[in-house]
Amino acid sequence: MLFDLFMVFAKIGAFTLGGGYAMVPLIQSEVVDRKSWIEKEEFIDILAVSQSTPGALALNMATFIGYKKKGILGAASAILGAIMPSFLIILIVAMFFTKFMNVKAVQEAFMGIRPAVAALIAFSVYKIAMTSKIKPMWYIIAVISAVLVIFFDVDPILIIIVSGLSGAVIGKLGGTKDGDNN
Amino acid sequence: MEIIIKLFLTFAKIGAFSIGGGYAMLPFIQREVIGRYGWLTTGEFSDILAISQMTPGPIAVNSATFVGYTEGGILGSAAATLGVALPSFIMILLIAAFFIKIYEKKTTKNVFRGIRPAVVGLIAAAAYSVTVESVIDIKGAIIFGLSLLSLFHKKVDPIYVIIASALVGIIVY
Repeated sequence: MLFDLFMVFAKIGAFTLGGGYAMVPLIQSEVVDRKSWIEKEEFIDILAVSQSTPGALALNMATFIGYKKKGILGAASAILGAIMPSFLIILIVAMFFTKFMNVKAVQEAFMGIRPAVAALIAFSVYKIAMTSKIKPMWYIIAVISAVLVIFFDVDPILIIIVSGLSGAVIGKLGGTKDGDNN
Repeated sequence: MEIIIKLFLTFAKIGAFSIGGGYAMLPFIQREVIGRYGWLTTGEFSDILAISQMTPGPIAVNSATFVGYTEGGILGSAAATLGVALPSFIMILLIAAFFIKIYEKKTTKNVFRGIRPAVVGLIAAAAYSVTVESVIDIKGAIIFGLSLLSLFHKKVDPIYVIIASALVGIIVY
């Protein structure tokens, strides 16, 4: 079972391009549909918890599913499986990267890629805003956070802590009603 | 040895605070890896993101492995990668074992109501600074605009956007 957990998550880690969210459908098809390790409803709960916990989404899900199946050792096997493929691939890329970057065509390619990556990040702001179910009023926190980081060089860690506290305090003061659960 | 410990601790810190997965860790990597230690420039970091988009696995692991290797060799890459994974591992174990109900509590929901928009703002800040550093001439501005347009309107897969921009780069630069 431990080896099985390792292999399933190594397979998922090896075949999903584009990071965490791209891995979710693959994790679902492996652990829910093919292996029947987890029920569909439980999978959705695990996804929700993994999204609300710090760290890489895929690693959070691997740890959770591994723990469900085989305790702490299961969690360790699953997370190592999820890490291993990208670790090995990036290690190889990093080893040759400097040499590779001396090739003129590669430098030119990356001159073109850098603005495209900036566009990808800008687009991800929009995507995350759309999927986060944020009420219009609360966007003030987004604006304040961005301004503090860009213009005042405030530590993002501080922003996460303060915004979480603000949410708790505003909620407590009755800024939100019962049953108003997002 | 000091660098190995520093890599481990820095990436553990990044792993412990980036909520939301994927690009949510950008602002933390920028602050610690680029700003504080100067292990990467913004341009190099952008290259790693492009490589991450084209290679399998979570962006967090890819960045940690890459930075770890350039700063501390294979041992450094192992330390950084374990560092970025460890907070996930510990927190999820604790939650799965004891606190699964914590997400049903009203206070927890309120806390996340505050954090979610902050994460959007933090990624927007990261987008701003990466754009300022990466779009340095009119050609870059056009590539940026076309990429954004194809992502928004044509829903093009990011990997094709990167491949196309690489080809354009080779042609125009």
